[in-house]
Amino acid sequence: MRPELILLFAGMGAINYAVRAAGMLVGELLPKEGRLAAALTQLPAAILISLVAPLLLHGGGAEWAGAAIVAAIASRSEGLLLPLAAGVVAVALLRLI
Amino acid sequence: MRALFESYGLRAGARRCAPIALSVFAYGLVFGALAAQDGLSLGETGLMSAIVFSGSVQFVALGLWATPLPVAALLIATFLLSLRLVLMGATLRRALAGISTGRALVAAWFVTDENWALTMSEAAQRGSRPEAQRPPLASFFMGTSILLYGTWIAAGIVGHLIGGAVGDPKHLGFDFAFPAMFLALSIGLGRRHPNVLVWLASAASAILAERYLGGAWHILVGAGAGIAVAALGHKTPRRAP
Repeated sequence: MRPELILLFAGMGAINYAVRAAGMLVGELLPKEGRLAAALTQLPAAILISLVAPLLLHGGGAEWAGAAIVAAIASRSEGLLLPLAAGVVAVALLRLI
Repeated sequence: MRALFESYGLRAGARRCAPIALSVFAYGLVFGALAAQDGLSLGETGLMSAIVFSGSVQFVALGLWATPLPVAALLIATFLLSLRLVLMGATLRRALAGISTGRALVAAWFVTDENWALTMSEAAQRGSRPEAQRPPLASFFMGTSILLYGTWIAAGIVGHLIGGAVGDPKHLGFDFAFPAMFLALSIGLGRRHPNVLVWLASAASAILAERYLGGAWHILVGAGAGIAVAALGHKTPRRAP
């Protein structure tokens, strides 16, 4: 193993860990009630939507149809396996067309 | 450390994470094959996955790989791509209410999109289940984390070994597993805390930010717009007279 690479990875890992740990430490300081707390309840969904919206926009018909199938299943059941499997299979098949 | 490693929670987390671990494995194979092409040894590939543990950072790093190594660019890219983890760590800590700082700092090592999303969704839906069916959340997170961590490292090593034989995950639709998971989980969260305006604000601002700012800024911009809308729309609950 090249020592300069070990140093580089250690630097990247340290930055990554610092950011992750900062989040964990900040989380304890956030308010538990009031306007900001209510807004923070929406934060997980807001992050997820922000992750997914550009991904779907860059897709084509197969991805949009797959997303519709995933959304339809996920809005009716709790499990993750079924919407994931149906979405992946649908997209794989639609891309063959 | 027991609260992080209760077997019921670990198993529940790993089980829930299993389908997504399959896609992570497919991407780990690609990462390993690309790392081999860029001249990383098998040990270096495994070490990078074990220390950095971030798909987006590692793929971008391989994209920037050159001789001599662009160290500053690699470190800056690592920082920008991992900024979203501040938001994820903060919301996770809120969900793991009561966990000690020491344990939170151990769990922090593993925070990434998939285990964060699975744990937040578990936190939101467990309230509707009987007490006996609520795995301890910190252990649930660690269960998802350990499975992801092991899968990611192992897949990179296997991908490095089989090299060019690794196919494109797109051919089997595996790339779609990630947006599908994020979408399914956000629908689950949306059913519990419905707020269409937040969704619209996040989606629209994330799309614009991704287009005009690039990088990973869209996640921060979209998340910020979403909670700004939520804060503005919040009505202080009035007590009954």
